[in-house]
Amino acid sequence: MKVLRQIGSVTAVNLRSLPQRVGTSLVIIIGIAGVVAVLISVLAMSTGMLKTMSNAGRDDRALVLRNGSAAEASSALALDAVRLIGDAAGVRRDADGKPIMSAESIRVFTGYRKEDGAEVNITIRGVGPQIRALRPELEIVEGRMFEPALTEVIVGQAAHRQFRGLNVGDTVRTRGANWKVVGVFTTGDAHESELMVDVEALNAAESRGGNYQSVTVQLESPRAFTAFKDSLTSNPALSVDVWREREYYEQQSEMITQIINIVAYVVGGIMAIGALFSALNTMYSAVSARVREIATLRALGFGAAAIIVSVLVEALLLAAIGGGIGALIAWSFFHGRTASTAANVYGQLIFDLTVSPELVAIGIVWACSIGLIGGLFPAIRAARLPVVDALRAV
Amino acid sequence: MKYFRLIWAGLWRKKARTILTMLSIVVAFFLFGMLQGVNQGFNEVVQNLNVNRLYTSAKTNMVDGLPISYLSRLKSVPGVMHVSHWTYFGGYFREAKNAIPAFATDPRELFAIYEEIKINPEYLDAMERTRTGALVSEQLANTYGWKIGDRIPIGTSIWTKKDGSNTWYFDIVGTFDPSGSVNIPPFYINYDYYDEAKAFGHGVVHYYIIGIDDPRNATRVAKAIDTQFENSMNETRTQTESQLAQMQLKQIGDINFIVNSIVGAVLFTLLFLTANTMMQSVRERIPELAVLKTLGFSDGKVLTLVLVEAGALCIVAALIGLAVAAVTFPLLKVILGNLPMPLIVVAMGVGLAILLALLSGLPPAIRAQRLNIVDALAGR
Repeated sequence: MKVLRQIGSVTAVNLRSLPQRVGTSLVIIIGIAGVVAVLISVLAMSTGMLKTMSNAGRDDRALVLRNGSAAEASSALALDAVRLIGDAAGVRRDADGKPIMSAESIRVFTGYRKEDGAEVNITIRGVGPQIRALRPELEIVEGRMFEPALTEVIVGQAAHRQFRGLNVGDTVRTRGANWKVVGVFTTGDAHESELMVDVEALNAAESRGGNYQSVTVQLESPRAFTAFKDSLTSNPALSVDVWREREYYEQQSEMITQIINIVAYVVGGIMAIGALFSALNTMYSAVSARVREIATLRALGFGAAAIIVSVLVEALLLAAIGGGIGALIAWSFFHGRTASTAANVYGQLIFDLTVSPELVAIGIVWACSIGLIGGLFPAIRAARLPVVDALRAV
Repeated sequence: MKYFRLIWAGLWRKKARTILTMLSIVVAFFLFGMLQGVNQGFNEVVQNLNVNRLYTSAKTNMVDGLPISYLSRLKSVPGVMHVSHWTYFGGYFREAKNAIPAFATDPRELFAIYEEIKINPEYLDAMERTRTGALVSEQLANTYGWKIGDRIPIGTSIWTKKDGSNTWYFDIVGTFDPSGSVNIPPFYINYDYYDEAKAFGHGVVHYYIIGIDDPRNATRVAKAIDTQFENSMNETRTQTESQLAQMQLKQIGDINFIVNSIVGAVLFTLLFLTANTMMQSVRERIPELAVLKTLGFSDGKVLTLVLVEAGALCIVAALIGLAVAAVTFPLLKVILGNLPMPLIVVAMGVGLAILLALLSGLPPAIRAQRLNIVDALAGR
């Protein structure tokens, strides 16, 4: 109990004297704020990207590609394969008994980013007639849905905002067809970076062997996936890979999010080392400014533990404030900011930078670790001060 | 120089503090060197790309492809020396995760255009004799342990063969060393064989690669090509190598902006830190500085002393940081190839160090200059 009371009173005295050391204390706060702001801002990119990708997947949907395809772009499925996939076990059927599915083709066309005029590849996706049943999250927010078999296109809201010339009434040129923009849709996921057209119209515009590239089906339930997969892989007439939709989309962005994470932790780590040196500096000078005070306390009978804890608490407090400020900076500058990049998919992926609570937690943990290490050595030094010499110090 | 020892003593007055400050400046300039190095490295790579090469693709989008029949028409454009082409084959070795970026091409013309890539001429002869031949980069051959004479299966999810199979067998007839070039595909097959054996999509190539006689003609030749195919079913777009690379970099995003933001954050943090240390150091030494003035040091001299001290700290630490970055930089060769750290980065770094020294040294130096001896000695 006595030790605790000592710790409490020394720490209180210590913290109350903080305002007198604003200048040096700011060094810790600003140094750590810088580290945390950079770390969280960069991680916000991969978090946002991953969120956009994994939102595109529902547990009760499955995606089928040709065996060996790393992505839709390198897959080809003929019409007879599409029919077999629709007839497989576990596929939900509509009121007329038809399987709820969409055989899709994708192409890219050249467009321009509004922000900097950069030339980018934009994905145009041909979808089947049951797309509304398959993707209930798809909502038309402006204009109307495209008519089947016509060269009409609807534009994802993110693409509509990010790229030039994608307003209702505009014309989008691809090889072999001019598409009239008739509507804008939202899905809240990666598909919003794309344009959607009728798949038969897209395949007719450019004869590429009459092939589809992927088939997405609605399963009877998330648990029906295994039955669906088994029935396809055991069918000798098919050679396909079957994915849970969410897993497919997450895996598509895996490489680029990993690269971003590595950059974030390497750059953040190096900065953290720099901030650690400045934290050590600050705490050493905080201790040396109070040499006489500490020695007096020791002479009065306060234990070494009380001194150590008081210095550590000060360092931790300053570090936590710095971490909080850094997280706030990252959040206010970058949270919700839209970015687009050539992800590991065909065309551009548009996503919002996301400063999630997990990222803030990571930032605060980093901040406190820096503070703890930065405070530990000066604290030990303070506790070890030879009392008599220190009392004589000027 | 005669004040060297005085400055030296001032610097090491508090050893721990000076060393810690130095280390954090070292870290900051190390980071600056690496990040700016990558940034400038990209610029340098893009600018130093070959100027004798042009790339022609479909105007609508490069993946749309162009007819192979354009080959002879391209060859007859004045100023064109060689024409080869790339068609994406893709494929994988054994498992889908071992992706092989294979391209169908006309190998003899291709290696005539990419003069900087070293290849034994006998391999090109062998490639011509072997329809199912493949030329691979030494690195890729090492990765999978392929040797000349091996027959390897390459799976594909796109290009079914006429016989219905999805596996193509290729005979490795030679290897090449692509280290002199930036980012060229590592696996080539004969276009003629590929086009004949596949089940659909015949007669299409993705890129024509054109070697021209004189880089000064690049714009004129590119324009002549695009004009020739204007208003046809397949309009073309012809770009220089550096235009193409810039376009691809921009697809990724604004690298410049990201690097500059991080460097900005690092340097701001650092400036604050160093300035604070210098201020603190001067504050503690006010009585000493007053003694110097009492001894007859002029205001200007005291100002210079403090400023030189700050400058020495910043510039020495910055140089160490940049040197460490220069030594570490080659580790990034996965991103940039064998590129030394661009000299401009060192120049920028030294400039920044001087700026940092001035900004962090001037306020305390001015304070030292204005010091009133009597007040300072009295501790007021």
